[in-house]
Amino acid sequence: MDLATTLGPLRLPAPVLTASGCAAAGRELAQFFDIAELGAVVTKSIMMAPRAGRATPRMAETPSGMLNSIGLQGPGVEEFLGHDLPWLAERGVRTVVSIAGGSVEEFALLTRRLRGAPGMVALEVNISCPNVADRGLVFACRAGSAAEVIAAVRREAPRDLPVLAKLSPDVTDIVEIAQAVVEAGANGLSMINTLLGMVIDVDRAAPVLAGVTGGLSGPAIRPVAVRCIWQVHAAMPHVPILGMGGVRSGRDALELVLAGASAVAVGTATFGDPSAPLRVQDELRHELAVRGFASLADAVGLAHRRGARVSGAVGAHVAVERDESGRDGAPDTRDEAR
Amino acid sequence: MSRAAPVQVRGEVLSLRRVGAYHAMTILAPGIAEHTRPGHFVALAVGGPDSGLLLRRAFSIYKTSDRGVYGGTVEIVFAVVGQGTAWLARRDVHDPIDVVGPLGHPFSLPKHPVNAVLVGGGYGTAPLLSLAEALRARGARVDFVLGAASEDRLFGALEAKRISASVAITTEDGSVGERGLVSDVLPGMLARSDCDVVYACGPMGMLAAVTEQANAHGALAQCAVEESMACGVGVCMTCVLPVIGEDGITRMVRSCVDGPVFRGDRVRWADVGTVPPDCLGAPAAGGQP
Repeated sequence: MDLATTLGPLRLPAPVLTASGCAAAGRELAQFFDIAELGAVVTKSIMMAPRAGRATPRMAETPSGMLNSIGLQGPGVEEFLGHDLPWLAERGVRTVVSIAGGSVEEFALLTRRLRGAPGMVALEVNISCPNVADRGLVFACRAGSAAEVIAAVRREAPRDLPVLAKLSPDVTDIVEIAQAVVEAGANGLSMINTLLGMVIDVDRAAPVLAGVTGGLSGPAIRPVAVRCIWQVHAAMPHVPILGMGGVRSGRDALELVLAGASAVAVGTATFGDPSAPLRVQDELRHELAVRGFASLADAVGLAHRRGARVSGAVGAHVAVERDESGRDGAPDTRDEAR
Repeated sequence: MSRAAPVQVRGEVLSLRRVGAYHAMTILAPGIAEHTRPGHFVALAVGGPDSGLLLRRAFSIYKTSDRGVYGGTVEIVFAVVGQGTAWLARRDVHDPIDVVGPLGHPFSLPKHPVNAVLVGGGYGTAPLLSLAEALRARGARVDFVLGAASEDRLFGALEAKRISASVAITTEDGSVGERGLVSDVLPGMLARSDCDVVYACGPMGMLAAVTEQANAHGALAQCAVEESMACGVGVCMTCVLPVIGEDGITRMVRSCVDGPVFRGDRVRWADVGTVPPDCLGAPAAGGQP
């Protein structure tokens, strides 16, 4: 099974990554499995300065999910460069560095500071963390501010460094935001960040989280992730997508791939199972094999072509596309598997 | 600092019994018991592989056995407080259970024989019993102060009596021992035992009071905190509390990997649940974006 994949210029030998904020900087999970076997480790978002994050309680379990309200706690970019990134590089781990900023300027400064950092294979630009005091600063909620950040990062980043924009599902039209960041120079899209949510303790008649609201993650949001990936892939089939949102098994990962993701990140599942990222990768290999796929690439976005086949003219067009791509043999097998 | 690397194992429930208001569960968990020291904890997956309960539940380790026909076992004590612990309490013998451990930073043991007072609140006594054994093996004098809301929530009193010079007991309802809190009787115990070091495990309020009384007596306090955690292994960042470092700087540190045992005088008990303004990386005046 060929699991190699690409996210624009970024070539990865394997398609499963850690999701930002769910794997720290890799060290803790390395106690449980070889993190170099993953496609890449995506770090917790780094900011310029050390940041204490929000008060506790920071977490609430919800049906098939959880709310978190960490507030981007982190050591700052200097500590990250001195301590975390070299540790990953020494172990041959491909690292996608997630950056977060309170201003366009901070994103630009971070990008400049990270230039040439060892082991960094891409930047993921977190413009969508919901746990910030000022909702106006969730850049990904507006096309203009989202594009402004990505353009600033693109200007400062080396030309050959892939830049992924991490998008929020909490928008009216995610395709509009996606198009804006791609035009601004993003090589790919990470979808989705958490959804803004809230839980009230009915006995105390008060919010559970000290930060009042938090980001909802886990299998509860997987259908939202599938929908967002589907919509964006339908509108821009050539823009690579790193999919995340409630992936807990190889089957779940395959669902995101079929919607259009070229790679998949595992987040909240890691809290319940520290081996989850590599387990999901192994399970994905199996899920592809039993359905008769020869490679991961054959499955990317396939549900669009399937959906179209039964609807007349569009289906005919897609069938021609598939013939041109030379992928044959598999469809019948896949029909049987369904 | 030596730290046993945690492992994730598919364990098996060997026994489950009621102990007053609590449940004690023994789990066959090869590779964990062998490396466990008093104060370590385990994190259990609950609800089964397809459960809607996603987060691990952390429990301090009551007892371990690293030999015998079954291999290594760990025993935990828990109260049913939610869906996850209710699921645990419904397990049958031989049911599988996913265990990660040993986790955290255990109690530091003194190099010389000392006089130690061990303070347990509710099932917080569980990790102190193996600690008492380890202290006695080093020639320490061990006295216990145990407290709970009521007799059925007092854990390990008989066992504590067997392995210590004395045990003082308090309950909030007076159903056994003195009516009141451990902090009502701890100063007397510290004086009587000429205490050098206090080890404590229980609710935050109790740990704050124990630290203050230990400080007043000139004893060192080591406190195992009970913070809610999502992962137990250091990646989720939910279990943080403000702790003063060796350099005098306060940081929000993870109780799962930097704790659960902290020097009491390093924890800013009054500020737990907040981010103190002088903490490293705290929001500047006017708020943080």
